[in-house]
Amino acid sequence: MKTVIIKYNAGNVSSVSFALERIGINALISENAEEIKSADKIIFPGVGEAGSAMNYLRQNKLDEVIHSLTQPILGICLGMQLMCNYSEEGKTNCLGIFDQNVKLFPLSELKVPQVGWNTITDLKTNLFSGIIENEYQYLVHSYYVELSAYTIAQTNYGISFSSALNKNNFYGVQFHPERSGAAGQKILENFIKL
Amino acid sequence: MLSKRIISCLDIKDGRTVKGVNFENIIDAGDPVELAIAYAQQGIDELVFLDITASNEKRKILVDLVSRISRQVNIPFTVGGGISSVEDVSVLLNSGADKVSINSAAVKDPGLLKKMAGQFGSQCIVVAIDTKFENNDWWVYINGGQINTGIKAVDWAKKITELGAGEILLTSMNNDGTKKGFAVNITKQISEAVNIPVIASGGAGTMQHFKEIFISGKADAALAASIFHYKEIEVLELKKYLKNNNLEIRI
Repeated sequence: MKTVIIKYNAGNVSSVSFALERIGINALISENAEEIKSADKIIFPGVGEAGSAMNYLRQNKLDEVIHSLTQPILGICLGMQLMCNYSEEGKTNCLGIFDQNVKLFPLSELKVPQVGWNTITDLKTNLFSGIIENEYQYLVHSYYVELSAYTIAQTNYGISFSSALNKNNFYGVQFHPERSGAAGQKILENFIKL
Repeated sequence: MLSKRIISCLDIKDGRTVKGVNFENIIDAGDPVELAIAYAQQGIDELVFLDITASNEKRKILVDLVSRISRQVNIPFTVGGGISSVEDVSVLLNSGADKVSINSAAVKDPGLLKKMAGQFGSQCIVVAIDTKFENNDWWVYINGGQINTGIKAVDWAKKITELGAGEILLTSMNNDGTKKGFAVNITKQISEAVNIPVIASGGAGTMQHFKEIFISGKADAALAASIFHYKEIEVLELKKYLKNNNLEIRI
């Protein structure tokens, strides 16, 4: 089993890598196309800004690499958002895997970013095997993805939004499983077993 | 719904916890990593590590510690204390810190805050405000509470929000260490003046104080140190109490 974490100019690579270590997975951190393509499981992390992250991915042709993947890939936080069509953050055209746009939370009604532990509900797919409805996960984000046919978990923060997405081999979570206690760890384990 | 957060703060000097911590089943009460794991197991929502190491040479010890915490702890944590450059932030985030807390440096150079938020995103930039009530207003203090900046706390809170702060850690110097309750009024004022989360700190002594700061003070999170370290309040017991008082709490 080979697990690769995609390395690019967005943070939390080390916290994801440490979280995998805690479940006995020694992941390779790489931006090399061949390494990524040859992996059994790929994690696409991300804490940062959409525009500069997409620029970096395009310059290094990582956008094409991600599109070409047929094995399970999990986008986390910004990683998930970058898998959508377009993000209001920096008016950025993204990877277009999920036919969805990424929108800013309404600033007048809510504290933005949403920071903290919120519940995930309407859980679908084996990514959430053994996870109970209304389990808490840790989120930090200012932008969100609306509910759609891709939604496999939802969360409410003023509005209900997609806290996880799936299409074929592509998975994305808005929350941070690597920082969400035992339940987050279980979700990472589930992904590795997909 | 988003839950109210309970945060424990550990003071760190030369890579070790400063104040004694009264935990059972802890072999080394001075080891921040062991304590962090214990707190995570008790259900604390977040941890703050405040480095009070005086010298810059010892910075590397902190960086190593952050990496060890990130490796072993599965809840979010913030690192603060003496952060004064984009490079400081970069090193701590790359070592696995989820957020950094900036205090004096933001006052001395507000442009720095904007730079940090631009480069790393607002979500990981916490601005700590130490405030003291005197002459009929709340003022911002820096350098460990030694210098009155002459800036009003509410004005500063608005300013740092514009500059890109993602969260405010508000400590009332009048209340800190008193165990007589959080500073409800200023917390409420700031929480209503800005649209980023506010963490209230200073003065926690009873479970009622937490309820009060969440309901009347409109805090998004509450931070305490000694009452948790000395087990005057058990984390789980506190969370059950708050949940029974109809607050959204993760148990």
